[in-house]
Amino acid sequence: MPKMKTTLTALAVSAVAMAATSGAAVAREQIKIVGSSTVFPFATTVAERFGKNTSFKTPVVESTGSGGGLKLFCAGVGVEHPDITNASRRIKASEVAKCAKNGITDIVEVKIGYDGIVLANSRKSDPYKLTLQDVFLALAKDVPDGDGKTMANPYKTWRDVNAELPDVKIEVLGPPPTSGTRDAFVELAMEGGCKKFEWIKAMKKADKKAYKSLCHTIREDGAFIEAGENDNLIVKKLNANPGALGIFGFSFLDQNSDSVQGSTIDGEAPEFEKIADGSYPVSRSLFFYVKKAHIGTVPGIEDFLAEFANEDTWGEDGYLTDKGLIPMGDEERAEWEAKVKSLTNLSM
Amino acid sequence: MTDFIESTPRLRRRHAAESRFRWAGRIAIFISLGFLAVMTVSIGWTAVGALTQTHIALDVDLGPQAVDPAKAESMRFGKIVKKALRDRFPDVKKRKDKRKLYGLLSPDAAFELKRQILANRELLGGTRKIWFTSSDTANIYAKGTLTTAAVKDTRQFGAEQAGWIDALEADGNVEQRFNTRFFTSGDSREPELAGILSALVGSMLSLAVCFALSFPIGIFAAIYLEEFAPKNRISELIEININNLAAVPSIVFGLLGLAIFLNVFGLPRSSPLVGGMVLSLMTLPTIIIASRACLRGVPPSIREAALAMGASPIQATFHHVAPLALPGMFTGAIVGMARALGDTAPLLMIGMVAFIVDIPKSLLEPATALPVQIFLWADSPERAFLEKTSAAIIVLLVFLVAMNLAAIILRKKFEIRF
Repeated sequence: MPKMKTTLTALAVSAVAMAATSGAAVAREQIKIVGSSTVFPFATTVAERFGKNTSFKTPVVESTGSGGGLKLFCAGVGVEHPDITNASRRIKASEVAKCAKNGITDIVEVKIGYDGIVLANSRKSDPYKLTLQDVFLALAKDVPDGDGKTMANPYKTWRDVNAELPDVKIEVLGPPPTSGTRDAFVELAMEGGCKKFEWIKAMKKADKKAYKSLCHTIREDGAFIEAGENDNLIVKKLNANPGALGIFGFSFLDQNSDSVQGSTIDGEAPEFEKIADGSYPVSRSLFFYVKKAHIGTVPGIEDFLAEFANEDTWGEDGYLTDKGLIPMGDEERAEWEAKVKSLTNLSM
Repeated sequence: MTDFIESTPRLRRRHAAESRFRWAGRIAIFISLGFLAVMTVSIGWTAVGALTQTHIALDVDLGPQAVDPAKAESMRFGKIVKKALRDRFPDVKKRKDKRKLYGLLSPDAAFELKRQILANRELLGGTRKIWFTSSDTANIYAKGTLTTAAVKDTRQFGAEQAGWIDALEADGNVEQRFNTRFFTSGDSREPELAGILSALVGSMLSLAVCFALSFPIGIFAAIYLEEFAPKNRISELIEININNLAAVPSIVFGLLGLAIFLNVFGLPRSSPLVGGMVLSLMTLPTIIIASRACLRGVPPSIREAALAMGASPIQATFHHVAPLALPGMFTGAIVGMARALGDTAPLLMIGMVAFIVDIPKSLLEPATALPVQIFLWADSPERAFLEKTSAAIIVLLVFLVAMNLAAIILRKKFEIRF
């Protein structure tokens, strides 16, 4: 026993000693990436291939959400801070300012493609044909009452919303407010349907705050169910409940298209080609941001960018499309590839 | 013999109450065991799928025209693998269909071929039959998880691919093999390549740090508090705080780790060193409480006898009391570590919830942990990750059971009853 005790003490002491000496930041051998959970599957795929095809180490990718990623990214320059952050929305002016305050003035913006947000239901029932207006009326907390005023959402079934829709209770499973998918859904689908009403659209100029609260507030009476950040869970729940609709990213529809089907929105089905050419109305752009100051300090960043901005990766037949990324058009891709090559600074 | 206690209604009620209580207890145990069984069986059932992996054999042209033996090391083999697929199914002409055809094999196929050639140079010089790992969708189709009826609807996997696999299977070129990769490789975006090893090593490194820090600190704290500390307000306050700390949600320790270990000490993010330090914060109170209980279990007569024989208090403690309490302390430590093994929340804050392919070789390299790996796989869109998730859960359960078993054995073997 005494011998073991000495070994244990030695171990503990060495661990503490190591902790103390490593305080001075160690040079990093691999790229560190943080950010959006939507971009995570794509960033990790590229990271893995990059690690396999080059002599560099495989980058470490952390899924922190877009906002969390930018917060870490903008915390400063130096190896203890990440080199790249993924985002399922564009960087905000306030974030650029925060970055600048911490000495990060040179940021390269890279757009990688698009993601569609779908409203899907189980294949056991018929597919829905929705319009943006239906989505807004079914899910908003307050809806127009017909004479330019608002009322608490009275609709119980889809037929109440639109006579052409089935007589099924409104039940929609969606992500919680912390999710980027929810933000994008609210901005694109809810607001999209909301501003179809002329008087609400006019309100945007007069009273932006009231407009936002009307268009962006989701009802809380049980018709919209927050199902957590896990999209797989929503897919499973849809299978168990054929009457319900679920909101999630296109890649989950793509991977589970044998059990769930996407609703058409304004007559457009959530299909790969339709999202790519922009005719499907609920789609968003995906980005990542690179800290220019780290290029040259952390090995491999330029090569990683070259791996990403490559036809075999993000092109129409690139391997990211297998993972559900919707690529940009040829011209747009060429434009962004040129920006990546020249490491053009972000301009808002 | 007649009952000398008369069977009054009151007595009958008391007996009925007794038997009702017994039955309620039995039903409670039955229900909880039932839930446990349903959970284990359903996870185990899905996990079995991860133990095997579909392999597809192709005739690959490795003749001198295709591969220059002198340059095999630097060559990329993607084209050769694709050509082998086209040769096997020459009817596939359209670009889109060709892409689907290439999708039968894992993206790793070209590297697999290269590894096989570099390991066995004799493969070069002619057409050889080579086994490749299939892609994830081909794998679940070949195993029957993806039904033929469902096949026509998925974009990644159409009726054509199902037909190709059926054709290959008819020639005996499809095989289910034991999935060694699951136990020998790190994480991957491709379900067929994903393995548990990097997470397992990460967990072991974190636990090693956790044990090295929390065990000695924990038992010395316990010994001091129990044997030497004066009993006054301050020591009472400390005791209450330790008990409170044991009940603090683990995410709080994660936040503490983020604020102190990462931001103040500047230790590397995502490293098992920080992970272990955070976990040790979490297990320390448990160990201290368990160790104190063990020390209290040593009868005072032992202490008094040692003191009476002229031992100093420190000798009495370290020569007589602590050795007797040690098996119990170990048990407490192992139970605390088992809890640490299964915890994800504190690791979230310090960046261990990350995609990490390389297997960590030191305490400072980025690493992830078993429960984190489960979380990440459960969150992935690819269908084939479902069985990997279940398999990873089983691996975690095996480790938890092993640790708890070790704790029980230690206690049974070394425990001294007074």
